Amino acid sequence: MVNNAIEINNISKSYGDVTAVTGVNLNIAKGELFGLIGPDGGGKTTLFQILTSLLIPDTGHAIVEGLDTVKDFRKLRKIIGYMPGRFSLYPDLSVHENLEFFATIFNTTIEKNYHLIEDIYVQLEPFKSRRADKLSGGMKQKLALCCALIHQPVVLFLDEPTTGVDAVSREEFWVMLKRLKQKGITILVSTPYMDEASQCERIALIQDGRILQVNTPTAVTSGFDKTLFAVRSDDSYKLLLDLRTLPFAKRTEPFGEYMHVTTEPDVTAEYIAQILNSRGHKSIEVKPTSATVEDVFLDLM
Amino acid sequence: MPSEIVIKVNNLTKKFGDFTAVDQITFDVKVGEIFGFLGANGAGKTTAIKMLIGLNRPTDGEAQVAGYDVYRETEKIKQNIGYMSQKFSLYEDLSVRQNIEFYGGIYGLPRKAIRKKTDEIIQKLGLQDRAKKVVGDLPLGWKQRLAFAVAGVHDPRIIFLDEPTGGVDPVTRRQFWEMIYESANNGVTIFVTTHYMDEAEYCDRISIMVDGEIKALGTPAELKAKFSSETMDDVFIKLARG
Amino acid sequence: MHRTFWAIAKKEMYHILRDTRTLIILFGMPIALVIIFGYTISNEFKNASISVIDQSRDDLSKSFIEHLTSSGHFRLVTTGKKVEDLEHAFKAGQIKMGVIIPPKFETQYYRNNTVTVQIITDATEPNYAATLNNYAINIISSFNKGDPALSSAPYRIDIKTRMFYNPELVGAYNFIPGVAALILMLVSAMMTSLTIAKEKETGTMDLLLVSPVPPLIIILGKVAPYIILSFIDALIVFAMGYYIFEVPILGSLPLLLLMSLIYLMVALSLGVLISTVADTQQTAMMASMFALLLPTMLLSGFIFPIASMPTLLQVISRIIPATYFIDIEKAIMLKGAGWEVIQQSAIVMVVMVIVLLLITWKNFKIIHK
Repeated sequence: MVNNAIEINNISKSYGDVTAVTGVNLNIAKGELFGLIGPDGGGKTTLFQILTSLLIPDTGHAIVEGLDTVKDFRKLRKIIGYMPGRFSLYPDLSVHENLEFFATIFNTTIEKNYHLIEDIYVQLEPFKSRRADKLSGGMKQKLALCCALIHQPVVLFLDEPTTGVDAVSREEFWVMLKRLKQKGITILVSTPYMDEASQCERIALIQDGRILQVNTPTAVTSGFDKTLFAVRSDDSYKLLLDLRTLPFAKRTEPFGEYMHVTTEPDVTAEYIAQILNSRGHKSIEVKPTSATVEDVFLDLM
Repeated sequence: MPSEIVIKVNNLTKKFGDFTAVDQITFDVKVGEIFGFLGANGAGKTTAIKMLIGLNRPTDGEAQVAGYDVYRETEKIKQNIGYMSQKFSLYEDLSVRQNIEFYGGIYGLPRKAIRKKTDEIIQKLGLQDRAKKVVGDLPLGWKQRLAFAVAGVHDPRIIFLDEPTGGVDPVTRRQFWEMIYESANNGVTIFVTTHYMDEAEYCDRISIMVDGEIKALGTPAELKAKFSSETMDDVFIKLARG
Repeated sequence: MHRTFWAIAKKEMYHILRDTRTLIILFGMPIALVIIFGYTISNEFKNASISVIDQSRDDLSKSFIEHLTSSGHFRLVTTGKKVEDLEHAFKAGQIKMGVIIPPKFETQYYRNNTVTVQIITDATEPNYAATLNNYAINIISSFNKGDPALSSAPYRIDIKTRMFYNPELVGAYNFIPGVAALILMLVSAMMTSLTIAKEKETGTMDLLLVSPVPPLIIILGKVAPYIILSFIDALIVFAMGYYIFEVPILGSLPLLLLMSLIYLMVALSLGVLISTVADTQQTAMMASMFALLLPTMLLSGFIFPIASMPTLLQVISRIIPATYFIDIEKAIMLKGAGWEVIQQSAIVMVVMVIVLLLITWKNFKIIHK
């Protein structure tokens, strides 16, 4: 298909005995904001390194904008932007020096592509001459994004850009990504936070090197067809133990203030409340709830 | 649940030169409570904790941890608290058993007690088959739970968890929280710092620190109601944006 | 292309200039090493305690002792009559060297054209003992020459020419070439392997690799500042040797600098080679420490003479670049030798550069895992 920015065909990679990714197939459309959702060690970074031509897969192949990641890696490197998982800029260079450096090694200048980063860079401008290691987490991420964008890439690979960043900066970051999408850039972003899934157009859930599911975030959650309740009481730990003893409760997991209980289809909230009451729980609250991406993830694992 | 107070903080302040890192914070933590201490990076969380665990002397204000004064009785405080950091504080090249024994040793437990405790922890975590394996080879989730168990090897009254669960999968994260719930149920107070707001919802009560001050304090439900927000993320964003 | 090269080189200069520790290693270290070696070594060979057993007690033996002590290198602490006295003084740690003058010294000297003076040194410090020995031989030989009545006569003690090019017996002569070799190895090899490993460790190497910059330019750009800096270091060491410790440069200075440049290329290739296998700064540090610095210091003839090493170590010393560089330096600086003399060693170093670069080229992965 010509409309795909990224095509991943049956890619596997292992390091010695450790399998990082196995049999991954994935197509990402041009201009899509695609999320790779999964925990650390799930294979996200390996996949990113293969797609950015840093790593050769053991089997399979990947095509980015029509370029093979192994054979055409030189051409590929000119058109992609990559932001690795860890903060990977030079801590002892200033904001401006970092940006200028990355512009130069991509054979361009800040002025030439300033329109692309303007929105983001205005926030950094006051700290222009500050060393990168003296920036806050959110500011560092913004600088890293600017550096990844400065050569006007067609496809942007962002490996866990929101890890270790506070909620406000995370929110801002997603706004920036959506704006970049408006400019026609294909964005592949990974995150360990399930709650960020809804920010993407489509997501792939990845765990232990395998893709568990690919769909839009709403389709992923609405595809959860089991009966689910959110339950809480005054004693969380006892609640957890008690719920696990109930024969009709198939699965009970802590979910913030609540326990999420997957049950047989004919169970009602009142029934659960009644049983808990008889076991001595107080301030009981039981309500049917819709699944989150995290529920789906737990169910698939 | 007894409402005995185990951490009492009153107007605690820390200044570095002109910069006030922690500005007159006041809160109490009850025995067996899971207390979430939230804030963005650089909000002053780390400084505050360092004062509570006796690594940093406050500039002003007062605080008692496990009944001991943070100015004068830091050694006693250290005997009564456990600490687990993000990096899990385990030795990757020592075996599971050696790690537990080492921490038992540095807390001055008698030899017999160390052996008993080590067996207990290995049993409880189901690590019998891996007790002699080096910790570096364990999956992340096991390391995390082992680190928590090790932080409690000397039966401390309070365990401080510094950013404990970033990046682990949902199953592992839940197994970890179940361990925390169990300890809290046994009367150990848990003091968790994190900047992941969704993590905060697992706590009994939380405080949110912004620019050195505690800007919000209460149960997750109370705070969400107060800021009319759906999620803790949202609460935090509203707070931070003033 | 040259723009990206300069961008990388400039960035590297920023790293160097902003890190005090790097600056100290780059400029503090050579100065400190020269001074430390300079003063400890030249002091050590002043006033070494000796004992003379004069079994002859004639005029010639007296003037011989006089000559020996007036050199300023030896201080007579005890005299004795019997050889046993010497042993006693050695055991008590009073002396470092003993000289035994045979009976009828003067008579034998003039009659037989040859006389044996026995020199005994405390070989628990073999290096020191060897040096003392050389000093003594040299002074004795000058005693021969210094006697006008004997100057043309065949009355000579046959001495080795090894000390000939260092007639004033200044320790600095030996260590300046060694320190230069060590510093160039330290800066070129260790510092470059560290700086490349650091980019791998922090993940910035990935960013450089996904850019269109060819890996060769990345490496050259990173290495360039160190070429210049280590060359400056070489100049500092030679200048300090020349002006402070009066180590001459008898031969051609341009030739010496050219040779330094070739040696520097060997060191750089070694550094880059290490960085292709080391993923962390710690590994790079250990590797350059054990594979480069220690051999350069211990096996190159810098501190311990190669001739007194066991055969195996002698063989190993032949694959250490510093061995050849120190030979070349000594030849040019102290003997005033030209290209004909040093060409063999120079060719060995050039071959080393080529071989190392080939290995590195094979090891350096453009796609890095």
